[in-house]
Amino acid sequence: MTNRASVQILNASGCLDALTAPDVAHAFDAFVTKTVTPEPREGNPPPRIAETDGGMLNSIGLQGPGIEGFLEHVLPRLEQLGVPLWVSVGGFSADDYVLMCTALDDRAAVTTIELNLSCPNVKEAPETAGQIVTAARAATSKPLYAKLSPSTSDIAESARACVAAGADGLSLVNTIRGLALDPASLRPRLARGAGGYSGPALRPIALACVYACAQAVDVPIVGMGGVTTGSDALELLAAGANVVALGTVLFRDPGAPGRVRAELKAEAGRYRMETGRDAHRIALP
Amino acid sequence: MIEVAGARRDRLRVAGVEAIGAYTLVRLGRAGLEPGIPGQFFMLEAPGRLLPRPFSLCLAPTGQLAFLIDPIGPGTRALAELERGEAIDVFGPLGNGFDLSVERPLLVGGGIGVAPFPYLSEQLGGPPAVLGFRTALHAEVAALVPGAEVVLDPTLVTEALPADLGDVLACGPEPMLHAVARLAPQAQLAWEAPMACGYGGCYGCVIEIRGHYRRLCVEGPVIRGHEVTAND
Repeated sequence: MTNRASVQILNASGCLDALTAPDVAHAFDAFVTKTVTPEPREGNPPPRIAETDGGMLNSIGLQGPGIEGFLEHVLPRLEQLGVPLWVSVGGFSADDYVLMCTALDDRAAVTTIELNLSCPNVKEAPETAGQIVTAARAATSKPLYAKLSPSTSDIAESARACVAAGADGLSLVNTIRGLALDPASLRPRLARGAGGYSGPALRPIALACVYACAQAVDVPIVGMGGVTTGSDALELLAAGANVVALGTVLFRDPGAPGRVRAELKAEAGRYRMETGRDAHRIALP
Repeated sequence: MIEVAGARRDRLRVAGVEAIGAYTLVRLGRAGLEPGIPGQFFMLEAPGRLLPRPFSLCLAPTGQLAFLIDPIGPGTRALAELERGEAIDVFGPLGNGFDLSVERPLLVGGGIGVAPFPYLSEQLGGPPAVLGFRTALHAEVAALVPGAEVVLDPTLVTEALPADLGDVLACGPEPMLHAVARLAPQAQLAWEAPMACGYGGCYGCVIEIRGHYRRLCVEGPVIRGHEVTAND
């Protein structure tokens, strides 16, 4: 059995389907859903993914059943898994976020709502992150985590605005926009052109974002971006994360949650720490 | 060992690597993995690359799993360059596989799409097969499918099929699969798509099935001809 008293490890939204891989979901401390949108979405045309140097690109486009389909067909099955649920929600206006937070507010199995304010593959809401959090805050009493993009000149400023608006925590970071070309044709490898860049190349960017936000606000931070090993997880904790999430690594290793948990414990021991928690904020000035 | 819906992930040792015409057959010790149903696939670690690559099982000799590789990109080249004694992570079997309850099977394949046919042919007792290739060198792999009729470019496999098709099981390039679907709407077609995970997580491998984008790794890779949206 895993040691639940140590650092919590989650999956990054959109990197795991708990219904096709329940054993993998059970290996996490909570399961974070793929982002749910107000209406059903087909998503973007294929090809949707491409491996690149140091990472991969994706342009899925928030394919999903919409909030009604999610509540009727998906959530009841997720509830039966017995894993704490974080539901990621995304939309195209503040009203969209209000609609979904309201719909999820009375679902007991949903422990946390993550506001996806940063999908690189769909058009953005016109409101600022702070305005969306304000609206969502009024719609639910559940803990709200704001998931931010690293594509901003000052992520600490966005973090402060979200926390001032009532966010209970931050999820840092989403993918960053990237482009890959086919070497034979010099045309984009993804049907939609650019996509979200994830994997090991994202890790220094995630560390910088966590490091900046941990100094700017006083709320829990879920750190993610290119974590492959326990050592990577320990660094995110040292930079200020409280919880670590795994994304792209799950694609190559469905055993990653257990492996990273064990490696993190061993790595903490190497620093004569009891758990990875003892590394929390060590890197901060 | 990780287990997802009957699929297991384990580290398998390379038992042998042999060139078969233009392709490479990589034989791995089976360890704790089951061969599954013909047409199911396995995610193979591509040494030095971030993502594993999906391959259908080609042969299942005792104690081994063998995969046919077309070394065309960095991942497939790294796999074709493996040496006996090295080990890679393998996860499978995944996906649905062919429905083997067919009365008059006919295998129709093109290029690297013939990969699942040696195992499939064995399981079906050596049914007739029509296989198409670009060159005679590529066609050498047809020796793994007993009794196969071979056609070479520019002849298309669909030009060499018997009038009475029976139960078609096909795998090959997309234009070939669409052409087979037009001739035989009930045909079982094994599709290919770029895949990051192979177990439903990434939503990268969708194709249009019954008018909607569906994950090939979950609902496929074998889809009936009439369920796939035509590309013309």
